[in-house]
Amino acid sequence: MRRVYFDNNATTPVLPEVFEAMRPYFGEQFGNASSIHHHGQETRAAVERARESVAALLGCRASEIVFTSGGTEGDNLAIFGLAKAGDHVVTSTLEHHAVLNACKHLEGAGCEITFVPVDGRGLVDPDDVRRALRPNTKLITVMMANNETGVRQPVEEIGRIAAEADVYFHSDGVQAAGKVPIDVARIGCDLLSISGHKMHAPQGVGALYVRKGTLLQPMLYGGSHERSRRAGTENVPGIVALGKAAELAREGLADGSVARIAALRDRIEQTILESVEATGVNGADAPRVPNTVNIHFDYIEGEALVIALDLKGLAVSTGAACSSGAIEPSHVLTAMGLTPDRARASLRFSLGKQNTAEDVDFALQLVPSTVARLRELSPVYNRKQAISS
Amino acid sequence: MPSTTIAVAMSGGVDSSTVAAMLRADGHQVIGLTMQLWNQRRLAGHAGMPEAVQGRCCSLDDVYDARRVAETIGIPYYVVNQEERFERDVVRPFVDEYLSGRTPIPCSLCNNHLKFDQLLIVAKQIGADTLATGHYARVERDELRGRWLLKRAADPSKDQTYFLFGLTQEQLSRTRFPLGGMTKPEVRELARRYGLALAEKPDSQEICFVPGGDYKSFLDAYLAERGETLPDTAGELVTSDGQVIGEHGGIHNFTVGQRKGLGVATGSPLYVLQIKGDARQVVVGHQEELYSKTLRARQVNLIAVDELREPMRVTVKIRHRHEGAPATVEKSGDDELLATFDQPQRAITPGQAAVFYNGDIVVGGGWIA
Repeated sequence: MRRVYFDNNATTPVLPEVFEAMRPYFGEQFGNASSIHHHGQETRAAVERARESVAALLGCRASEIVFTSGGTEGDNLAIFGLAKAGDHVVTSTLEHHAVLNACKHLEGAGCEITFVPVDGRGLVDPDDVRRALRPNTKLITVMMANNETGVRQPVEEIGRIAAEADVYFHSDGVQAAGKVPIDVARIGCDLLSISGHKMHAPQGVGALYVRKGTLLQPMLYGGSHERSRRAGTENVPGIVALGKAAELAREGLADGSVARIAALRDRIEQTILESVEATGVNGADAPRVPNTVNIHFDYIEGEALVIALDLKGLAVSTGAACSSGAIEPSHVLTAMGLTPDRARASLRFSLGKQNTAEDVDFALQLVPSTVARLRELSPVYNRKQAISS
Repeated sequence: MPSTTIAVAMSGGVDSSTVAAMLRADGHQVIGLTMQLWNQRRLAGHAGMPEAVQGRCCSLDDVYDARRVAETIGIPYYVVNQEERFERDVVRPFVDEYLSGRTPIPCSLCNNHLKFDQLLIVAKQIGADTLATGHYARVERDELRGRWLLKRAADPSKDQTYFLFGLTQEQLSRTRFPLGGMTKPEVRELARRYGLALAEKPDSQEICFVPGGDYKSFLDAYLAERGETLPDTAGELVTSDGQVIGEHGGIHNFTVGQRKGLGVATGSPLYVLQIKGDARQVVVGHQEELYSKTLRARQVNLIAVDELREPMRVTVKIRHRHEGAPATVEKSGDDELLATFDQPQRAITPGQAAVFYNGDIVVGGGWIA
């Protein structure tokens, strides 16, 4: 069966070039980057080259990059590394769980947290962030782009607010890296986390930008790896892969391949809105990253649509999977003020570098007919049709 | 049998796992579905409830088992979130029934509102013509009368038709019970032959959302979590001739036929005969007073016939473990049937179901008023 993957905000395939770059570090170049001998020197050099590449993607110095196990660790290290009992932290209601649940944990550990709301477009209002500040505010953490809607947050304005108030600013850049240019100096953030597997590197590696002079309390204790900010032998193959993926991401932003993805995304969006009634884009009126569109198909269960499409070979997603694998209503869409029914009727299409125009054709062939079948069998839709006829 | 697309309601137990494996081996396109119905973490830590189990969702172990079976036999598998509907259509009515002095059967409500309603809709939406489950029961087409029949399982000790009396003709037409002709040992043997790791997994007995079967603690914890207070239903303990012999702490603590925990000491054992919800009275009496000859069943669903035009001789089951007793059943009102037993029956309990059989065939059933 033909399978098309439009769930790249969940994870992306490792690009062949990335895989080739990391392959030697599983075998012949196996050294521990902390060893003083030849083998160690070889891998140390590879790790530092990768660090420079990631730094170049984010517009910072190599020494400001801490390699992590992924986005969740970066978010946690930024938050737990700075906030202590008695501190106040400002965040938003549409953050990823890696930030939200870290903040909720802090709440139980003597910190005060303000969860700034978002508007119907899925945007945080910087003035709300400003108004939330208190004398004991230690940290603001607001994401660059949302994983479910792709909506880009006004991080530069928030960065200015943080700078004026002399408060640390962390941004979860996991869904932005490789999709939009990132310049930590322009954003004015002190910390920014990215994840390898959302940008065609493998799962299990990520990076946290930590502005020089920012004193972070580590979460892992051990050797003096990563300038004592993150103990533990480096994941060399993963780090090398992240370095290569960062290099390709920078090229992609410059050579038009991101623009190609944007065009594919736009075609999905326009065609569905035109050919399927009672649909709309969540976050339509806000700036979005180029690979994501979240569409509500009223009167159906997104869960059933995802299953029906998967059985026909198209992988998309809805809401967030809980530990059993069941879908929970999206906290992001609910925070934007969508009714529970509409939140459950929403589907996310997220594209990656590997997707082609044929993939889009395939999806556009499947989605309208599958939605029609679901509606035909939907008690809610049939009631609505009966009323309007 | 021609190859069709069949959804299997997989609970993670031996029965439904074996059904999935059987249908797959028969060459059908099989889709495994598990319903996420309840979040155990919600009530964890409340008095009488187990402490939080790390990472526990519905019953994560069961979902894990079902998923492993799906992998083993090579079928797509999905977990469908039905928590909201389960609470609305099963848990809340379960709580309300107890609070009004009746003894509910959540499994029948779940079958009527979730398994053979919502899950059947999902099955249809994702392209499956029918839904198969691991119930021990049989569905047959009666071409003569043009009806779908629900029949007892071949293994009477496993028969589950008592919980399935609410199925409509439409639901039955889309339902398959592949285990209806088998015994449990045969099913386990088949599971072994299909290489299912859970072939020896013990049967589940308790109500899935009530840990350890302790429904009183569940009511307390549920109402506390909802921010509701347990309504004060304390009142008098009276005899059948109206004599007050004591007090009780709330009608939800009692069920008809109950002997222990009445809090009164008399020469001969006393039993709960009746719970008068409005008057908050619990009527008690001696063993022989527990017997009565009639019952009224409401919200009746008829399966074998479209209407009961004249009195019919049937066997009536008044609880799952009841053997069934001969009776005559007749229409006694709108959506209501009156069953008159040949011999008086012990502890006819409001809230339970009365299911009418003609031999192996389920004529229909209703809720005991």
